[in-house]
Amino acid sequence: MDPSIYLALSTIHGTIMVFYVLTAGLSGTFSNLLIPLQIGARDMASGFMNMISYWLFFISSIVIVSSFFVEAGPASAGWTVYPPLSALPQAIGGSGLGMTLWLVAITIFIASSLLGSLNYIVTVLNLRTEGMSMTRLPLTIWAFFVTAIIGVVSFPVLLAAGLLLLMDRSFGTSFFLSDIYIQGEVLSYQGGSPVLYEHLFWFLGHPEVYIVLLPALGITSEIIATNSRKPIFGYRAMIASILAIAFLSTVVWGHHMFVSGMNPFLGSVFTFTTLLIAIPSGVKAFNYITTLWKGNLQLNPAMLFSIGLVSTFVTGGLTGIILGDSTLDINVHDTYFVIAHFHLVMGISALYGLLAGVYHWFPKMFGRMMNKNLGYVHFWITAVGAYGIFFPMHFIGMAGLPRRYYKFTEFPYFDDLADTNILISVFAFITASAQLFFVYNFIHSIFYGKKAEQNPWKSNTLEWTTPVKHIHGNWPGEIPKVYRWPYDYSKMNKDETEYVIPGQDFVPQNVPLQENEEELNE
Amino acid sequence: MIALLIILVAALLGITIWQISKIFKLSQPVESDDSQIANNKDNEKQGKLFLVFIVFLYGLMIYSFWELSKFYAPGASDHAAEYDQLFFISLGLIMFVQVIIQFLIHWFSYKYRGQKGRKALFYADNDKLEFIWTIIPVITLAALIIYGLFSWSKIMNVEETDETLVIEIYAYQFDWRARYSGEDRTLGEANVRFIEGVNQLGLNESDPYAQDDIITTELHLPVDRPVLFKFRSQDVLHSAYFPFFRSQMNVVPGMITQFGFTPTTTSKEIRNSEYMVEKVRNINEIRENNDNLGPDEKEYEFEYYLLCNKICGVSHYNMQMKIVVETEEEYQKWIEEQQSFGELTAQN
Repeated sequence: MDPSIYLALSTIHGTIMVFYVLTAGLSGTFSNLLIPLQIGARDMASGFMNMISYWLFFISSIVIVSSFFVEAGPASAGWTVYPPLSALPQAIGGSGLGMTLWLVAITIFIASSLLGSLNYIVTVLNLRTEGMSMTRLPLTIWAFFVTAIIGVVSFPVLLAAGLLLLMDRSFGTSFFLSDIYIQGEVLSYQGGSPVLYEHLFWFLGHPEVYIVLLPALGITSEIIATNSRKPIFGYRAMIASILAIAFLSTVVWGHHMFVSGMNPFLGSVFTFTTLLIAIPSGVKAFNYITTLWKGNLQLNPAMLFSIGLVSTFVTGGLTGIILGDSTLDINVHDTYFVIAHFHLVMGISALYGLLAGVYHWFPKMFGRMMNKNLGYVHFWITAVGAYGIFFPMHFIGMAGLPRRYYKFTEFPYFDDLADTNILISVFAFITASAQLFFVYNFIHSIFYGKKAEQNPWKSNTLEWTTPVKHIHGNWPGEIPKVYRWPYDYSKMNKDETEYVIPGQDFVPQNVPLQENEEELNE
Repeated sequence: MIALLIILVAALLGITIWQISKIFKLSQPVESDDSQIANNKDNEKQGKLFLVFIVFLYGLMIYSFWELSKFYAPGASDHAAEYDQLFFISLGLIMFVQVIIQFLIHWFSYKYRGQKGRKALFYADNDKLEFIWTIIPVITLAALIIYGLFSWSKIMNVEETDETLVIEIYAYQFDWRARYSGEDRTLGEANVRFIEGVNQLGLNESDPYAQDDIITTELHLPVDRPVLFKFRSQDVLHSAYFPFFRSQMNVVPGMITQFGFTPTTTSKEIRNSEYMVEKVRNINEIRENNDNLGPDEKEYEFEYYLLCNKICGVSHYNMQMKIVVETEEEYQKWIEEQQSFGELTAQN
């Protein structure tokens, strides 16, 4: 394999995973599916915007994939596409037409994402059914709602960065370029700074982490509560931590730039704000664990993936305390330590959330059940593999192994890391092949899965009050009214003798307050 | 090794397909309860698997620390000891939390696995608990932040004294050059616009300070003398990463960035250190068995290096410069042997 192909593949891997899989896969699909169903609305606020958002995403996907077929290759400057490398075709082949297509694709993607996000915000604010106050919203909806707000705040900044980069590339401006001599020629650019691009990029780039994580955490909250047969612990603290994370996520972008050449004082400020994020994140983790405590855990595949998420979120999040510390970042910046950290906390955790969501709402999507045994096999191989890949990877990072290297044989010093690299590769192949179980299960179950009942997981939220068969407008008759929060699992009556509804350990949101029931959370 | 990997993957794929078909056969007709919702038996089994998994996870963590932490590169600069201390305190702290939290997650998943007739506890809120696990991280993080910021400002605020050696590190696709300031102790003016012929770094030939500047392909540093690096790029972003000196700074076109440290261990000393002797012996053993290497490539001797750590193009993976840390006398001898910029241009 040619080095340029390696760089192209790693660039497009990052781009597709971050934007097209995790952002679109979590925010795009689950928000559209669950927002109307869980807040009791007949549809999204604007079906038309929804449609444009979908088709823009479709076009954007085609453009990014088609960049593979450009002669000089797709964008190759890393998924962060820092100029000048991404601005100058002389610097790397992929910065020609491939990079133009990347910019076009991302621009269309941002338009799609913004239309979607505005629609989510408006729908959540305006179309909640009677009784569905903000403090009765399922945490999934809170997560989607706040995610949409972060998207609306930060995606336009990436658009600005992209447009300025496009102008530098095509119209001779110098926003990000200055004093460049390349291939025997001095370029005319003067006065720009790549550091400005880094600021703009990471103003989206960091919130982006939470754009993919919050929906995953929202999905997990729902699934853990349902399958623990317990209310989510600290509902209000969960909302507060979502809001705190959302706010903090927009003021920490500089921790990607500690050694970028920006003023060290800024590094101090960003260290401070970054480490603060550990607090709401910790609250969320502790609340999940307390939700498990003394539960009656129904270990469905969706539940396994949700518990897996809590585990990888903690493991990956903790190393953030090292990377977020400007001092410690000096020596592990851009090494495999970083790769291990963000793949665990952002990649694996968000993917677990995505998979948990698919297993959990598959009956809602297709009216059929996925095979649980295949789900179990899928989870355990993936869980072992994911840790097998990324835990040892921290240590080769601590050895100073840099990322985005085509090969390490030019440095004999790294020769003794080869065995660990092979170990990681073996785990990677195993994990990747385990995904075949999922693909097979998914496709097979769409057509041949067992027919689902209306509320297979005995859940409280409104989507399970709709008929299995899809109908226009979600509910055949009146829209259900909401009388309670969504987490009345295993709630006892006042005398503590029996569940609120005798013989049933859950009380759906559309069930009015019962006699002999104490009202909570009002 | 690659062949072995391919065989392994092929075998695994085979097993995967075999397992899919087997599991499918097993799961479908025999079971009476085919609701695809976890039943008592599933909860029992999956709960136990969480116990097995925590054993695996702990095993992996122990293996990693036992076997792999030896890869942590030894430090050789004045702030390396302080860096390492902060690093290991942070690492110790997070591993402590990690071990406890992972235990709780997996233990609860096992202990409270669903059982027919078990009643979950309706437990929605507890302000005291929330307060406790907000305030403890706040205090711990405050301590870490303050500790980190003291180190940060100490490392980043380099004061230039008479003793300080100022060296320019010049980066271009795909190599490095070092520029010493010469007898006048001042770096001459430079810009890529002056690049022409032998003047590869774009020094201003009419600047008198530039004449005695010395441009080298190796970086030699006298031990125990503070060095202040000024970084300049010719084309794209690079990052000058000195792993053994716990130092890194991006090299940004259009802008001079800087970083300083004092090397404390000479190349000779570190080569003879117990750690490095062992490591190099191990590496040489590996290289001896590597058939892809020519006979004269097999012997490896440790040298400090500087590498590029910001993606900069196709040969990014091989953008390195040898660093030699030596005694003041050795350094003086070396630098006197080097050609100055004035001599270089006069020659051509």
